[in-house]
Amino acid sequence: MSQLPAIKPPLWLLAELTYACPLQCAYCSNPVDFNGHGKTMDTETWLRVLRDARSMGALQLGLSGGEPLVRQDLETLVAESTQLGYYSNLITSGIGMDAARARSLKAAGLDHIQVSFQSSEANQNDEIAGMRAYAHKLDMARAVKAAGFPMVLCFVLHRDNLHRLREMLDLAIELEADYVELATTQYYGWALLNRDRLLPTLEQVREAESVANEYQARLKGKMDIYFVVPDYYEKRPKPCMNGWGSVFLLVTPDGTALPCHAARQLPDFSFPNVQTHSVKEIWQTSDAFNRFRGFGWMKEPCASCPEKEKDYGGCRCQAFQFTGDAAATDPVCDKSPLRHLVDEAVSAARTTTTEKPIIFRNPKNSDRHAKKPAVVAGPQ
Amino acid sequence: MSESPEKKVEYATDYKPLHDGPLKLARGHRIQYETVQGCDVLLYPEGVVQLSETAAMILKQVDGQKDATGIVSSLMQQFPEAGDISGDIRGFLEVAHARGWIA
Repeated sequence: MSQLPAIKPPLWLLAELTYACPLQCAYCSNPVDFNGHGKTMDTETWLRVLRDARSMGALQLGLSGGEPLVRQDLETLVAESTQLGYYSNLITSGIGMDAARARSLKAAGLDHIQVSFQSSEANQNDEIAGMRAYAHKLDMARAVKAAGFPMVLCFVLHRDNLHRLREMLDLAIELEADYVELATTQYYGWALLNRDRLLPTLEQVREAESVANEYQARLKGKMDIYFVVPDYYEKRPKPCMNGWGSVFLLVTPDGTALPCHAARQLPDFSFPNVQTHSVKEIWQTSDAFNRFRGFGWMKEPCASCPEKEKDYGGCRCQAFQFTGDAAATDPVCDKSPLRHLVDEAVSAARTTTTEKPIIFRNPKNSDRHAKKPAVVAGPQ
Repeated sequence: MSESPEKKVEYATDYKPLHDGPLKLARGHRIQYETVQGCDVLLYPEGVVQLSETAAMILKQVDGQKDATGIVSSLMQQFPEAGDISGDIRGFLEVAHARGWIA
């Protein structure tokens, strides 16, 4: 048994307050089967989670979902997080916001708001979102700034909207965003389900990269632009979550504690719930959070790789999605003997026509596309 | 499933030369002491930086009133035994400014 590293406190708590969302984005990172999950936790339970995680050392709080503005107790949760000394980030589509609510969240002490856009063009935005949202989003971005918040604008990029990158950045300038996050779709949850429709071509990615670089140079000192090349086009995997169970703790609406957004799909795991276990127990002693800590779990080529302390072997969920083995090397890495699986996904997406329908994220599709539990054959 | 949250916002470090006016913490930035980490931290949208004692001491002088020269002289008065540390302090302020921590 190799030596286990000391367990550092979690720095990030991502509170997925609800899976309810008026939008139906086909790249949503929520699990496809969200509609079959347990009951959404009440205010008191969330308040306890906030206190527990803060006493462990958590500093950054993400209030997310679904759409967190759906919750009427959001201001109560924000006020408590202010009291506790969190840096609070609201991650929202802007739907459910109005100028008065922006002000009341400011009064409750909310530190920062990230507003997501689906496109810089109204029709495309609303088509991707599955509802008329664009005009309201523009108003809300202005209301967020007017209330005095630092604002991150997040554009989720994929094949159908990458060519609008220039327009998106112009929109960000117009709305006086402090930061722009150009979030290339990552293929988990709904995005994985829709991958053939969303994955951009290499040419698109390179073009987008050069546009991002141009704007970065032009806007030096005024607006920070953050762009990440989708990992399918890289030769090395991302240091996912900065290592499993290293800094990040996610709590789902029903209280399940996860080391990342996509982990719930992994087989042979029993993820603990904050309603039955303390955050401390979960973080320090649960099998789920300890399984991929450190380097002892690694197989070749990771185990002997000099870069393992840089990328931690990549993403466990991506390894599982491609290879069926969550402990395998993330096949994005070109040292992986299974790298060809990623290349095949890229070329399959390239040859897919737009006729393949997009599967929107909504409760009906959640039920329809949730993996059915395996039927166990046996005597009746 | 995404990049490391604490490194989410990256900054180029080759721009925004330090100006001569009063310096303040950039919008959305704040410093607080953390018992669990045993140090001061700088917090900003989706980011955390753990500060060394020296870094924290300098950043706490950034109050929206003093300019770089004022910060240098205030610290040198506080720590006369440290000798001429003006170059180090200015150097750190330049880095902090380039990273967008102070404005």
